[in-house]
Amino acid sequence: MTNLTATVADPAASDAPVIAYPTPLLRIDGVTKAFGAHSAVDNLSLDIKAGEFFALLGPSGCGKTTLLRMLAGFEAPDTGKIELNGEDIAAVLPHQRPVNMMFQNYALFPHLNVRDNIGFGLKSAGLTRLGIDTRVAEMVALVKLQGLEKRRPDQLSGGQKQRVALARALARHPQLLLLDEPLAALDKKLREETQVELMALQRQLGTTFVIVTHDQEEAMTMADRIGVMHGGRLQQVATPRQLYEAPASRWIAEFVGDINIIEGGITHRDGHRLTIAGRDVGTLFAIEPRHPVGDAVICVAIRPEKIRLSRRGPATGLVNSGAMNSLEGVISDVGYLGGRSLYKVKLDRGATLRVALANTARLDVDAYSIGERVAAWFAPDDCVVLVQ
Amino acid sequence: MAVHPLRLSRFNITSLVLGLAFLYLPIIILVIYSFNASRLVTVWGGWSTRWYTELFNDRAMLDAAWMSLCVGVVSATLATLLGTLAAIALTRGAGFRGRTMMSGMLYAPLVMPEVITGLSLLLLFVALDAGRGFVTVTIAHTTLTMCFVTVVVQSRLAGIDRSLEEAAMDLGRDPLRAFLAVTLPLIWPAIAAGWMLAFTLSLDDLVIASFTTGPGSATLPIRIYSEVRLGVKPEINAICTLIVGFIAVVIVMASLASKLSSTRGESAAPL
Ligand SMILES: Nc1ncnc2c1ncn2[C@@H]1O[C@H](COP(=O)(O)OP(=O)(O)O)[C@@H](O)[C@H]1O
Ligand SMILES: [Mg+2]
Repeated sequence: MTNLTATVADPAASDAPVIAYPTPLLRIDGVTKAFGAHSAVDNLSLDIKAGEFFALLGPSGCGKTTLLRMLAGFEAPDTGKIELNGEDIAAVLPHQRPVNMMFQNYALFPHLNVRDNIGFGLKSAGLTRLGIDTRVAEMVALVKLQGLEKRRPDQLSGGQKQRVALARALARHPQLLLLDEPLAALDKKLREETQVELMALQRQLGTTFVIVTHDQEEAMTMADRIGVMHGGRLQQVATPRQLYEAPASRWIAEFVGDINIIEGGITHRDGHRLTIAGRDVGTLFAIEPRHPVGDAVICVAIRPEKIRLSRRGPATGLVNSGAMNSLEGVISDVGYLGGRSLYKVKLDRGATLRVALANTARLDVDAYSIGERVAAWFAPDDCVVLVQ
Repeated sequence: MAVHPLRLSRFNITSLVLGLAFLYLPIIILVIYSFNASRLVTVWGGWSTRWYTELFNDRAMLDAAWMSLCVGVVSATLATLLGTLAAIALTRGAGFRGRTMMSGMLYAPLVMPEVITGLSLLLLFVALDAGRGFVTVTIAHTTLTMCFVTVVVQSRLAGIDRSLEEAAMDLGRDPLRAFLAVTLPLIWPAIAAGWMLAFTLSLDDLVIASFTTGPGSATLPIRIYSEVRLGVKPEINAICTLIVGFIAVVIVMASLASKLSSTRGESAAPL
């Protein structure tokens, strides 16, 4: 809690550094795709740099697969342009695009063994038998499938199938690899291991990855940048950190991670410092975001782990000067999650806050118990002010 | 497919035996009597293969068998070709207008009384002034069996994930090559089963053939039927035994083909 009087805008809220790239690898420009009256993808624009690991994150049905299928060439955009290396690829058929896709259900050829599945795309590229064998062996080693070359897909486990699909898509050395929920079918532990492997693989090969997922943790772990989609529209494009610490809207704040939302209105403005009357909370201090919110009805969003608890509360001076928010209440629920505990604090004014505290000590002598009176306090810097 | 140890109760055994007897007793009696030495069909005169020898000297009967075989092979092949194409269009062309009506119309010939199909084909050939014989019977049998092939291939195609072909295109094959490299190998067992089904249907058919054939080109069922009308000769038992044997072989092959497809990790072709 240093620099409490700083009035500069929240550094995490600054937009992604705008770097001028002559031509991004992929430019999606105002693309719309409708099925009937329903727009699956709605006027979506996005640039993806060469070598980037980009994640498209959104709930099921928001148009992620449709967008990916347009990139692969299986659907044609109704309007808008897709450029690869600066060239419009609308007229390029799927089999001629330097793009490969890993399908949501892997789509392994059931009548071919692992070797022939991986070599399938190389055969179409007209490689010699020797060339195919060398490249397949390379790919098999890359995804650690040695010894399984002769197996059919139905003789493989879920994790092995996923590897075959990955190797098959990478074998042609595409400029752009599209992955549609590649890890959704794996169990949690395997999924986490595979996330790390995919990242290492991407760094090693330098291929541009566009991965689709509905799992925000997965997107945050792996991607350099994340595009959040909702209802066919791109809501925000940001690094994982920016997305988490400076969500652009209430919807994103609630979709990505856990967050407390306090609705309210601005009562006083002193430079960047805002005084807010929060509903069922009382007076709050926060910092004006980079894009001023005006006098609209707003909400204050605060992550559970940014809130501290204490039995006595912070120094009254801090609170009175507006350098710290402090809210009084009673612990109403405790959830022990191992590494941290999740407390629910029923505030005297009526609202309930969720607070996450790291369990730094093994013994629980200091832990709060249900019914105990506490002060929940957090710095104005840690509040995100969002337009309703 | 796991074989579950199944304990048969006395009741089950009895009903199984009765059922099998009902199905196969007439055929077994036919087979036994084809080896009867006696000229009288109903009197047992000891074992002999003389009716088989006689059969192979019966020119008319052999010609009819040859005719049936040719009609069967040609019409089954044509029906498989057309039926498979129709199945592909109906499953893959999700968008085209009238698809539902087309699918519905496909099943009509399956339930249409053969007499009506035969009569309408006869009228058509007469109207076209086509000389009746091998060609007309073959066309008629193609019409009859095509929809059976379509139904068999269509249900197999419907079970194949569309994304397999897309994956093949994604990996550099144009749509035709993608179909040939991925879909065709997967529906192949169904196509083979469809061919065999068409072939046996053609071999079986009496009604449509008698409407559409002409003098001098009788198929085997027509020939047998006309012989029987003059009284059952033991020779007929012999040829019927041969036909039963032949069809048994075809059925075993067809079920092997569908089993082959199920060991490829896909659902078995219906038969
Ligand atoms: N071929 C299609 N025909 C009609 N509607 C479709 C088709 N493909 C997708 N949709 C619709 O478009 C929307 C987006 O689907 P999709 O891109 O698959 O979402 P996601 O992959 O994000 O779950 C959904 O509402 C879906 O029903
Ligand atoms: Mg999807």
